[in-house]
Amino acid sequence: MLDIHKIRADFPILSQKVNGKPLVYFDNGATSQKPQVVIDAISKYYQEINANIHRGVHTLSQLATDAYEASRGKIQNHINAKFAHEVLFTSGTTHGINLVTNGFASILKPGDEVLVSALEHHSNIVPWQMLCEKTGATLKVIPMNENGELIMSEYDKLLSDKTKIVTVNHISNALGTVNPIKYMIDKAHEVGAAILIDGAQAVPHLKPDVQELDCDFYAFSGHKMCGPTGTGILYGKEAWLNKLPPYQGGGEMIKEVTFEKTTYADLPHKFEAGTPDIAGGIVLGTAVDYLNEVGFENIQKQELELLEYGTQRLLEIEGLKIFGTAAAKTSVISFNIEGIHPYDIGTIIDKLGIAVRTGHHCAQPIMNFFCIPGTIRASFAFYNTKEEIDVMVEAIKKAKLMLS
Amino acid sequence: MKIKDIQEEIVDEFSMFDDWIERYEYIIELGKNLPLIKEEFKTENNLIKGCQSKVWLQGEKKDDKIVFTADSDAILTKGIIAILIRTFSNQSAKDILEADMDFIDKIGLKEHLSPTRANGLVSMIKNIKMYALAFNTQN
Repeated sequence: MLDIHKIRADFPILSQKVNGKPLVYFDNGATSQKPQVVIDAISKYYQEINANIHRGVHTLSQLATDAYEASRGKIQNHINAKFAHEVLFTSGTTHGINLVTNGFASILKPGDEVLVSALEHHSNIVPWQMLCEKTGATLKVIPMNENGELIMSEYDKLLSDKTKIVTVNHISNALGTVNPIKYMIDKAHEVGAAILIDGAQAVPHLKPDVQELDCDFYAFSGHKMCGPTGTGILYGKEAWLNKLPPYQGGGEMIKEVTFEKTTYADLPHKFEAGTPDIAGGIVLGTAVDYLNEVGFENIQKQELELLEYGTQRLLEIEGLKIFGTAAAKTSVISFNIEGIHPYDIGTIIDKLGIAVRTGHHCAQPIMNFFCIPGTIRASFAFYNTKEEIDVMVEAIKKAKLMLS
Repeated sequence: MKIKDIQEEIVDEFSMFDDWIERYEYIIELGKNLPLIKEEFKTENNLIKGCQSKVWLQGEKKDDKIVFTADSDAILTKGIIAILIRTFSNQSAKDILEADMDFIDKIGLKEHLSPTRANGLVSMIKNIKMYALAFNTQN
């Protein structure tokens, strides 16, 4: 059971006022807030052990390298990867996906097919489109139904021996749908295709077990899971990471360089050219520790309560429609009010201290599917409360009154 | 009326409001009363796609003045469009090009004209100036 007062005290930003009103932060799908331990760990790194890693023989460099590699180990344990070198530090989910699509440019041929789901964020659509343009492969879309659920019978039909890779998010950012990724992974493997899971929206809510899932790639961002911005992880199976060419050339990723030929470093360094965000990488480990201390069972329980309560309270508002009514859903509620533009609601409730996301959520195909310009999205984290939902509902009612 | 005088008039009107609620209610009223752009001008060419709201803008030359009509799918954006149209429509290209936008800050709406807001208004002002520039060179 969560002691919500204690939890909220861990996040200094939550006690501030915005536009003269207590902040109600419901934009967790965009980025989570950071606990004090994470904020402190960033300063501590720069105050005590800042040095470049994997290079120096001096003590500080060793301390920084050890801390960085220890963090990799923590994340390896967290997602249950078989090897630490399957865990690559990236700048975020987008970086991870681009690393994979770049690698597949040397694998795909004209006639090959890439399957992408209708529920994707632009960052899991555009890199694949670019890949298909480059290679002559064809992009095919796994459709969804009115509830915002992917249609598995259609997925089964799309899969064939032409399918070389499938990409799907674990959880949709725009609608909160939890996708049946275990089924999708197994089905992809049946036809010999690889599969990438975009876990950006999943990792704040659950602990993915990449071995149990058996996915080939799993990409996520640190900043959505209480970690620093500009950090992320790409998990890739060893065999795949050995097969893919390096993404960027530079220092750190080489074994030997001559002007005639360069040989590449072993995993994970082959994919980690240049000086990384050392502080960020180390502190991502701190964030993972923090979440595990809170406990994912507790996190899920609190978020489910918020989802149920928020759904019920919002539906009291006349003319309000929720988009994304999948049976399996996380704490995201995407909605509109009849006859009112989401931007207008968002702007007014911001004045009342409430932070929600409005717009197309970088998922325009989903908005086009529902024929809407965008939605208002309230996304809850474990540090949010029912009282905050009440404040939001009152604010929306007020905005509605002003706007109609 | 000159642009500067209209802007002063608008600043005066807004100074009567005590808080943001009254200001916003007034903008919403303005948005509702904005004479709409003719359907035939709501073309892809006249559309400014903001990430948040859409804006349509059409400029036409009438004698030595430029007449602007515009619309948006969001009412707050539309209200601010009404203020911009009142300021810039029926003015000469030269006056439009020389006009500054300080009055927006004075009426407490600066945040709506920030490029990061992505509501199409910044591009709308840019397009108003582009129309003026184009018509100016024609003369």
